[in-house]
Amino acid sequence: MSRKLYAEDINQIATGAALLGAGGGGNPYIGKLMALSMIKKNGPVTLLSPEEAPDEELFVSASGIGAPAVSMEKFPNGSEFRRSFEMMESYYGKKIYGTFPIEAGGINSMMPIVAASDMNMPIVDADGMGRAFPELQMSTFVLAGHSVTPMVLTDERGNTSLINTIDPVWAEKIGRNVTVQMGATATSASDGLTGKELREAGVLGIMTKSQKIGTLIQHANEFDSVDQALLELLKITNGFRLFTGKITDIEHTTKGGFNFGETIIHGLNEDSESTGQISFQNENIIFKVNDKVLATAPDLITMVDVDTLQPVTNEEIKYGKRVHVLGLPANDKWRTPAGIKSVGPRYFKYDVDYVPIETRYKNFVEEKGE
Amino acid sequence: MYKLGIDVGGTNTDAVILDSNLKVISNIKTHTTKDIESGINNAIHQVIEQSQIDVQNITEAMLGTTQATNAIVERQKLGKVGVIRIGYPATASILPYTEWPSDITKILSNTFSLVHGGYEFNGDEITPFQEDEVKDILQSWQGKVDGIAVIGVFSSINNDQEQKVKQLAEKILGPDIPVSCSSTIGSIGLIGRENATILNTALFKVIKLVTDGFLNALKQEGITNAKQYLCQNDGTLMSMEYAKSHPILTIGSGPTNSIRGAAYLSKQENALVLDIGGTTSDIGVLVNGFPRESSKSVTVGGIQTNFRMPDILSVGLGGGSIVRENSDGTITVGPDSVGYEITEKAKVFGGDVLTTTDIAVKLGMCQIGDPSLLSSISDDVAQHAMTIITQILEDAIDRMKTSSKDVPVILVGGGAIISPNHLKGVAQIYTDKFGGVANAIGATIAQIGGEYEKVYQYVDTPRTDAIKDAELQANQQAVNAGAVEDTIETVSIEEIPLSYAPGDTTRVKVKVVGSNH
Repeated sequence: MSRKLYAEDINQIATGAALLGAGGGGNPYIGKLMALSMIKKNGPVTLLSPEEAPDEELFVSASGIGAPAVSMEKFPNGSEFRRSFEMMESYYGKKIYGTFPIEAGGINSMMPIVAASDMNMPIVDADGMGRAFPELQMSTFVLAGHSVTPMVLTDERGNTSLINTIDPVWAEKIGRNVTVQMGATATSASDGLTGKELREAGVLGIMTKSQKIGTLIQHANEFDSVDQALLELLKITNGFRLFTGKITDIEHTTKGGFNFGETIIHGLNEDSESTGQISFQNENIIFKVNDKVLATAPDLITMVDVDTLQPVTNEEIKYGKRVHVLGLPANDKWRTPAGIKSVGPRYFKYDVDYVPIETRYKNFVEEKGE
Repeated sequence: MYKLGIDVGGTNTDAVILDSNLKVISNIKTHTTKDIESGINNAIHQVIEQSQIDVQNITEAMLGTTQATNAIVERQKLGKVGVIRIGYPATASILPYTEWPSDITKILSNTFSLVHGGYEFNGDEITPFQEDEVKDILQSWQGKVDGIAVIGVFSSINNDQEQKVKQLAEKILGPDIPVSCSSTIGSIGLIGRENATILNTALFKVIKLVTDGFLNALKQEGITNAKQYLCQNDGTLMSMEYAKSHPILTIGSGPTNSIRGAAYLSKQENALVLDIGGTTSDIGVLVNGFPRESSKSVTVGGIQTNFRMPDILSVGLGGGSIVRENSDGTITVGPDSVGYEITEKAKVFGGDVLTTTDIAVKLGMCQIGDPSLLSSISDDVAQHAMTIITQILEDAIDRMKTSSKDVPVILVGGGAIISPNHLKGVAQIYTDKFGGVANAIGATIAQIGGEYEKVYQYVDTPRTDAIKDAELQANQQAVNAGAVEDTIETVSIEEIPLSYAPGDTTRVKVKVVGSNH
């Protein structure tokens, strides 16, 4: 059933999406303020459940691309999507019926709300990742054989660039360069799909899932204890608490425009004799405890604050923060040979095989018990 | 040669006088008054009387005060602000005052305009800056605003446009309308910096009352040879002149002063500071002699800002916390407290409320009041309550530690008597007889600081050059605030790479401190 998204819904979605951002996906603050400003002006937006997207109508994803740290300082005008959607419509020769998020993350879960509110169109409750990933070709749409392009990149000045590439990896390469020229951030309209295609290739119900998670986190203090709230959070995400500790070191390096690094976490409570280590490339890719791999992409590795369960993104981690490291299973579409090739640990240049989180966790618990 | 320091807190206004060797020669604790100013006057008067020094020998006077915070929280004495944001057409999706409480937006007049200009992360203009556009806006605001806040996109990379707007405003609106530029107020993150700059502009009237009041108080006591300073929230001082245009930087100076004072008394540079007051215990972290900064965004009076504040954990336990015996035999401690009424309400002073201070006296941890008034309390209850107090403190200390190793703790504050001598996770506890006025001592020993932050592309500007440049700019900030150039040293360099941006784009933040003589 379709429903309206009001300010309260948006706050909840932003919080939950930041958790599904798996350390990346940008800080939810700016995205949320943009979405809230828009609906304050235009009223609530409509969220369609995936089965309500008409089979043959055209849907286009609205997202932000570029450096999240730059968007904290220079963010959009708000009218960009109007221009890029117009260009998409004239390219397709067809009216766009609605929009959808490309990924779940602090910023890109909010961008479709901005676009939908400005153009008075519905949002479909489906995305192409079920989490956040760093590159355009890393989507379940691409896995299903769809192309990312035509893609229109726009900046606040009115510059628009229509990009058509031979494959999704080229879309990532050329799109990245255009984005840099536009000031290291741009807005993107891409992944044009029919309602039927979107339903078949997408991760369904992502906005609702984000909201469910966000609502729980916002009410974490109403449980008997935060641990109770954490158990509930793990239940609704099918997740595992992998580790609890205090961040003691963070090393960042930039390589090829990405934020690479390691977060070192000293164990607390039952983990007090252990050391956890997250390797991230914008998003968290590998999690090890005492050098033993406990989770890898495409499963989600995500940190939450131990006192509030608020998600902790890699841009805001600072030493001393006490966190739980959670492992959440990725959508089944990623757990295929093609999915693992696209976003598994070897793609990110780690010499580790993908093993599903539930198997790794079970083995880990058994070994610890011995 | 003497220094006079005053720290205004929620409950107490403390004052100390230090000699040229920074030895405490007199100290006083007085109640904070509702108008604050008379409390400051009282404290100065009493501490001088007690010291019996010749006031002509006081060469420096420092004030750490909560008046700016109070003005924002109480929505009092705030000025009307005209906000000019430079960067259009970028950033129009989030307008100034978004998510502000509506009552304060109304008081500040909700006057704003987005003008063309601003910079990209690499220093290019977003769109050309248009002088006539700014002139027209300023002219239309004549007589309508009390101050101007100027916020440019990426002004930390280049503040030329902000400076240009400032010049135009001074020309068109006259010198009586103050102008705040965001590049002198906060760091990267437009909304947080804009909010801080708007608040700063709204506080000009308040800070004038503070500085005039302080000057008058000093004059009344015949202190005419002293240079005057206000304390900032990072543990450094600013000259009265600088403070007049940066009032927002006084917010949160209290906890910082207490941490710095504790560092001085204990001669420690790296430790936890446990400041036990009447109602709460504040725990801060001392890193290389300065408080560790909070990574969370700071909310003042319901408004989110992004300026620096010490990382403080507050727990509801103080010397006045109420101890209760429940019918089922359990015992609770706090979080409510008798506060400054402790000298009337606590049992040991003849009152009828059982407080943590009574427990400490009962267990022989300190000698105050009349212990014979505590005969009705069983040793068992006292022991049990102390176990709870110990747990609260140990848990709070553990939350602020950054390693599992035992850490040194510096214990200060008026309620410090309730802490046991041994705490789990603590290597050593430092105490000092002047621990009760550590905050005023912190104000008195504060140095002059400077801070500079900019985004560099290491491909164009090699890393060493970039850091050198940032240090130079930070030094200049310190000199502007009143530091003597050859006393300045760098205390921290922070580098944060910006993901997705090309050319090894890195945000560099440098902090320096120096002495005022």
